[in-house]
Amino acid sequence: MKKVQFFLITIILSALSLEGKTIRVGPSESVTQIKQAIVMAQPGDTILVRAGIYREGNIILQKSIVLIGEGYPVLDGENEYETLTVHAQHAVIKGLKFINTGTGSIEDKAAIKILDSENLRILNNQFENTFFGIYLSNSSHIWIENNELKSEAEAEHQIGNGIHLWKCHHITINENKIKGHRDGIYFEFVTNSLITNNYSEGNMRYGLHFMFSHNDEYRDNTFINNGAGVAVMYTKGVKMINNHFIHNWGSSSYGLLLKDISDSFVMGNEFVENSVGVHAEGSSRIVFKENEFIRNGYAFKLQASCDDNVIERNNFQQNTFDLVTNGSLVLNRIESNYWDRYEGYDLNRDQVGDVPYRPISMYGMIVERMPTAVLLWRSFLVFLLDRAEKAIPVITPENLKDNLPAMKAYDFNK
Amino acid sequence: MTRVIRYIFNDILRTRFILFYTGFLLLSTFALFQLDSDFGKIVLSLLNIVLMVVPLVSVIFTTIHFFSSYEFIELMLAQPINRRVIFLSEYLAVASSLCMAYLIGVGVPFIMFGAGESVISLLVTGVFLTLVFVSLAFLSSVLTRDKSKAIGIALLFWFYFSLIYDGFVLWIIYSFSDYPLEKVTLTLIAFNPVDLARIIMLLQLDISALMGYTGAFYKNFFGSNMGILFSSGILFLWAIIPIYIALRIFNKKDL
Repeated sequence: MKKVQFFLITIILSALSLEGKTIRVGPSESVTQIKQAIVMAQPGDTILVRAGIYREGNIILQKSIVLIGEGYPVLDGENEYETLTVHAQHAVIKGLKFINTGTGSIEDKAAIKILDSENLRILNNQFENTFFGIYLSNSSHIWIENNELKSEAEAEHQIGNGIHLWKCHHITINENKIKGHRDGIYFEFVTNSLITNNYSEGNMRYGLHFMFSHNDEYRDNTFINNGAGVAVMYTKGVKMINNHFIHNWGSSSYGLLLKDISDSFVMGNEFVENSVGVHAEGSSRIVFKENEFIRNGYAFKLQASCDDNVIERNNFQQNTFDLVTNGSLVLNRIESNYWDRYEGYDLNRDQVGDVPYRPISMYGMIVERMPTAVLLWRSFLVFLLDRAEKAIPVITPENLKDNLPAMKAYDFNK
Repeated sequence: MTRVIRYIFNDILRTRFILFYTGFLLLSTFALFQLDSDFGKIVLSLLNIVLMVVPLVSVIFTTIHFFSSYEFIELMLAQPINRRVIFLSEYLAVASSLCMAYLIGVGVPFIMFGAGESVISLLVTGVFLTLVFVSLAFLSSVLTRDKSKAIGIALLFWFYFSLIYDGFVLWIIYSFSDYPLEKVTLTLIAFNPVDLARIIMLLQLDISALMGYTGAFYKNFFGSNMGILFSSGILFLWAIIPIYIALRIFNKKDL
């Protein structure tokens, strides 16, 4: 029995000794600089930063420690420095406020730059007037949650991306708010990652921009009022589910721009008031299902370079043009959608229209081919032409039609 | 002159057609407000009315009125009054009564439900179109003595400007689509008051974002002070020139 007790005590004591100590940093503490605290810290220690303004230039973190702010201490880059550079494993950065990082066109200065790191958590931080917000490069297993990034740049070249990832994998980005950056969230060569519940508003270029980022999943994000909406390119195996693409309005603005995307899944999204809801180019084997397209200019631009896509059970309501394409070749399946312009009937009352619906607007196609023709838009002539084309298709692809159009809009909230 | 205008004005009101026209516009504008809550959409739907109905009604009403008041004109000519005064009074009375009907019919619902900036240009373009087509109808009325022929010519004007001309423009765009056509089409538009009115209105609505590069080009042009001056000047010319020609013909005409 004594032996067991002794054994247990040794275990507990050894565990206690493993627990790190806490170093407090603050204007009234013995340690006044974060840099100093990092030098003192051992792996596993916690640095608790008290509220205050810290102007320490570029802080470099290379230890497995926990860096926590209390009452949002401000790390000021004085419009010159990158505030925090991290090259570490198993570290936490929480509750800090980063302001005024330096800018530059050669160096990508960021509020938090993470290089070759693993297993980090970036939580509850605030960013104001930063060039790049959170910048990750060649890192993995990182959790970025509940950060708030806000910038006010006037031109695209004056500002970097909110959350910028390059060559990373297994990253989670959850519940962040990004406003006024170049791209809200930028991915390049980022795989197996999860992007959920983010809110990206009023960014200069894209709300979300990703390239060569395979097998990622985007869920419940909101992209609103961004310069050019959302662009995704050269990627396979993407899931975009229950996102909101709202009011990306302008002459070269897209709700969702898909270029060379394949084997992907776009489901339950909401496209409201975009110049172009979805623009798909060179994309294959994508399933578009149960999306809402409401009050867009062009709801869906499906270029003829797309093949084997399925557009199924979507709602198209109050769009100026529902579907436009640029060729006569149709290699996609369009079925069981609800089109508010559908004028057919349903004799057997199975909620499926008995006459196929041709969603293509002829004039939309003419404009696609000859942009100057937009001049005659909404004239009586165009109205007549569109009617005639609906009856006997000449220009629009004859076999582009929905054979099973729904009579009623789907209610996806159920 | 004001006295003659007043006589004609009373005569027009007696036919009740103007009242029907006002009622129709009022009813359709109210109906649109009931059906749709989106302000831009209402203006867009009204645009269709303005572009189709306003010229048509102006043209037909004017020719019918001219020929039914033929005897009145003859009577007037027996008095020591200048021909020009009589003719211009006719024009002003008809045009102002139609404009008033339009302004009341479309304007009142907007005042009741709240108006935006695009409504003002909708009203202005509608008034301009009325003036233009009344003057075209007067031209067609003095060109011939036969009432049905005159109505035919007037309808042809309407048909030409709202349909045939656009077909012609579309054909040009189609044939020369490899060339930059922005300036050419801008010139072509100036030759059709209906197109001009339509473009001015479309650029007012935020739908213009859909119009891409061409739209941006026009917006740049029509948005500038020069553009506003240009477009209203052209519409003004469209109202002045036909009535001037008609006046010259009327002055020499053996009635």
